[in-house]
Amino acid sequence: MKQILELRVNGDRHEVGVPTHFTLLETLRYVLGLTGSKQGCDKGDCGACTVIVDGEAVLSCIMPVQEAEGREVRTVEGIAGRRGAHPLQKAFDLTGAAQCGFCTPGILCSALALLEVNPQADRDEIARALSGNLCRCTGYTKIFEAVLLAGQAMSSGREPAEIIGEP
Amino acid sequence: MLRLHSYVYHRPANLEEAVALLTEHAGDVLPIAGGTDLVPNMKHRLFTPGHLVALRGLRELKGISDADGLIRLGAAESLASIAADPLIKEVLPSLAEACGDISGPQLRRMGTIGGNVCLDTRCTYYNQTFFWRQALGFCLKKDGDDCHVVKGGTRCVAAHSADAATALMTLDASLELAGPGGRRSLPIEQFFTSDGVWNRRMDAAEILVAIHVPRPAPGSRFSFQKLRIRNSIDFPLVNLAAACRLDADGKVESLRMVASGMGAYPRKIGKIEDAARGNRLEDAVIETIAHETFRQSRPLDNIPVDKDWRRAMVPVLARRALEAMAG
Repeated sequence: MKQILELRVNGDRHEVGVPTHFTLLETLRYVLGLTGSKQGCDKGDCGACTVIVDGEAVLSCIMPVQEAEGREVRTVEGIAGRRGAHPLQKAFDLTGAAQCGFCTPGILCSALALLEVNPQADRDEIARALSGNLCRCTGYTKIFEAVLLAGQAMSSGREPAEIIGEP
Repeated sequence: MLRLHSYVYHRPANLEEAVALLTEHAGDVLPIAGGTDLVPNMKHRLFTPGHLVALRGLRELKGISDADGLIRLGAAESLASIAADPLIKEVLPSLAEACGDISGPQLRRMGTIGGNVCLDTRCTYYNQTFFWRQALGFCLKKDGDDCHVVKGGTRCVAAHSADAATALMTLDASLELAGPGGRRSLPIEQFFTSDGVWNRRMDAAEILVAIHVPRPAPGSRFSFQKLRIRNSIDFPLVNLAAACRLDADGKVESLRMVASGMGAYPRKIGKIEDAARGNRLEDAVIETIAHETFRQSRPLDNIPVDKDWRRAMVPVLARRALEAMAG
């Protein structure tokens, strides 16, 4: 059974026919073709499916798609602006915060939702905000470095590369 | 990849409509608020209702307010909003702490306080995929006849694992329920039963509307403690909430402790008030009470991690709670 829903994703309005039992994640990936959000545990444990709904980082794998109706959804595909990568993405690049990359889209969403409210978040606040995102490659150290750097960039308006003195 | 079964998703405009939908589709319907427990459970085919009734948008289930000495928590308020609310942090700190430590941050923004109170019990042999459960011949709680925790057992012993509910048990909370027959109020102490299959005294067509907590008397102190493998995402291995009232000299006037994560309901620790009353919360008293919590706790192998270690940790949590309240 399908249902017609109106969704707003990354600023675009979509009218989609989706099976009534789809989650927001399944709709993003298999109806809209936005495969950046990852299907990890698929039951709300790992955070790989994290997206931003009305400014808050939430888990799209356990959100019935109907709950996203009338709300503003942002995914990893919507983080970069017209002029290229977001400072947060640049900071991840510069600090080597991504290894296999599977958890990265979810971590970017959790981190961005935090920094947009509190760009001056300290390491503890960052750790707490990312405590629902599992990364199995690293020890989180470079991820925290990246988010701290992105916060500095966002609050000062400077480029992350400039802050750490990279060419 | 875990797929959901097919269902119809209803978004009622008000509480009346929601109750009517639950009544109309009785036996084939469940209410859904945050969905953080229900959706994974449906993905595991523990529930396969043909209809879901969404509670998230219902105005009647929203709001945190304080009037006439009674704090009202709308059942659909998120755990994150309760944890961050200045009034709750000040007046009911153990509840704010319990809510602020449930699972991880994303889930707390979706999951609701009402959902936590009504949380389904959990078990190693239950919270698994259909394939996993089928391989073991299912269990007493769902689709089968055998209990894999208590061999030969005829009563489900799945664990109550809701942190906010445990804290509310020490706060004289009462639950406002709406059903086809109207509204009723039930003290949370009478809400839970020892049946792991369905541990709530609540009809299928009823909706938890709000939780009412009396403003604590002056001199009240609270603590919430829990043990889990990682300090995020994981369910509690055991948890413990405490509330006491101290007089001007720091002597105990009343003391209450509730522990959960063991059996099917949050358990009130008995016989501790006599040991505490009239005394300061000092080492000897703390030790007596901690020992009593150990004596009365009987964790089972219903959730991961060795039951004997979990039992040994109960008095540790009790000590931490008492020291925090004494300090």
